[in-house]
Amino acid sequence: MDTVFGNLDVFAEAFARTLSLTLFAAVGALILGTLIAAMRVSPVPPLRWLGALYVQAVRNTPLTVVFTFVVFGLPEVDVKLPFYRFAVLALTLYTAAFVAEAVRSGINSVATGQAEASRSVGMTFMQTLRLVILPQAFANIIPPLASVFIALLKNTSIASAFGVFEGIQGMNQLINDDGSAVIAIILTAAICYLGLALGLAALFNQLERRVRAS
Amino acid sequence: MSDPLVVLEGVNKHFGDLHVLKDIDLTVERGEVVVVIGPSGSGKSTLCRTINRLETIDSGRISIDGKPLPEEGKELAQLRAQVGMVFQSFNLFAHKTVLQNVTLGPIKVLGAKKADADARGKELLERVGIASQADKYPAQLSGGQQQRVAIARALAMDPKVMLFDEPTSALDPEMINEVLDVMTSLATGGMTMVVVTHEMGFARRAANRVVFMDAGRIVESSTPEQFFTAPSSDRAKDFLSKILTH
Ligand SMILES: Nc1ncnc2c1ncn2[C@@H]1O[C@H](COP(=O)(O)OP(=O)(O)OP(=O)(O)O)[C@@H](O)[C@H]1O
Ligand SMILES: [Mg+2]
Repeated sequence: MDTVFGNLDVFAEAFARTLSLTLFAAVGALILGTLIAAMRVSPVPPLRWLGALYVQAVRNTPLTVVFTFVVFGLPEVDVKLPFYRFAVLALTLYTAAFVAEAVRSGINSVATGQAEASRSVGMTFMQTLRLVILPQAFANIIPPLASVFIALLKNTSIASAFGVFEGIQGMNQLINDDGSAVIAIILTAAICYLGLALGLAALFNQLERRVRAS
Repeated sequence: MSDPLVVLEGVNKHFGDLHVLKDIDLTVERGEVVVVIGPSGSGKSTLCRTINRLETIDSGRISIDGKPLPEEGKELAQLRAQVGMVFQSFNLFAHKTVLQNVTLGPIKVLGAKKADADARGKELLERVGIASQADKYPAQLSGGQQQRVAIARALAMDPKVMLFDEPTSALDPEMINEVLDVMTSLATGGMTMVVVTHEMGFARRAANRVVFMDAGRIVESSTPEQFFTAPSSDRAKDFLSKILTH
């Protein structure tokens, strides 16, 4: 227990990185995923195919492979970034596929008449999506999005295997320092993940309540 | 003399194996009011929806005011802005107030200033008799009120032609007339209209022409008087005898 309490700063630093990885990748995935969802419902067939291909390819690839591809593949074509940024990129690319599915099912939950009316007054596809469909889909997108981002939080742990200091690396470092406290250290790490996940869930609950009330 | 606004030539449309529109030729003159009538499944809605390309066609040509319907994209959006559409199920923007429903198109599509769009929107709501509901949401209105908002929304774009797909079929009987009255005054005001409806009173009062469809074809096209008193085809006679006995 002393190892845990004596090293709370290490936990704090490590899980702050877990949180920042999650937040940066969440923002990236939200933007990319919404674009992919827009492609999937667009009136241009090649865009629809491309969107579907992306989602299928990424969803059926282990995250470790995506990480390997980014961390070892991109330097081959002279894209060199610090490991932390590579990790954000890999998590963004991976999570975007799941965000796209959440957004798309939200879009499909809006009655088709809404889009038809919007096109009938002369709105373009993007205007229809932005001004009519997404605002109405938003409330239905939030719950699945919460699950996607909680999965993302846990997925950041893969970054530990690719040279990024975050929760798991912090945990491993402490275990190496004091093997006798292994159970206490692992439990503390688990509690950190749990705390962050519950925090995220509460945030999304609040958001959903606000959106539904408006 | 003739001044065609909407022209369909040799239009065909399939839904899978189902041949829904068969060699449709139809010309709507500027200022003309055409009522489309026919049994369920005869292709009336589909016909209406091809005119603003909510449905694509397999062959044939459709043009509006001399311009062929463009492919999907900005140009098509611009053309749709000139074609008002009123749906059976109203389809008002559920997340917008009544006034916002009417001003969204002018502001976002025509680039109108909000103040101008609001003023014009209120004027139009006044015209369809629901100015007092401007700040409510669609779900708070009756069906008849919603449909009148939908008409105001279409009018706000200053369309060249308005399409109505059974605008009163989803309404309780006591609300049908308030909507038909608005449509009649539009017709009298010179609006070009294509109206799918079984309201014979409206057809007699406001239509220049009745087009009777059956199984994807235009079977008959004549004045309302002629159509309702002396239809020439057996299909039309049969159809009329059915709806008149109801
Ligand atoms: N999106 C669609 N996919 C497949 N079939 C369709 C679709 N829309 C319409 N149909 C079919 O095409 C035919 C014509 O439909 P349409 O809606 O144009 O008829 P309608 O004359 O408007 O009938 P109603 O009076 O019932 O509204 C019908 O058999 C209908 O089932
Ligand atoms: Mg119909």
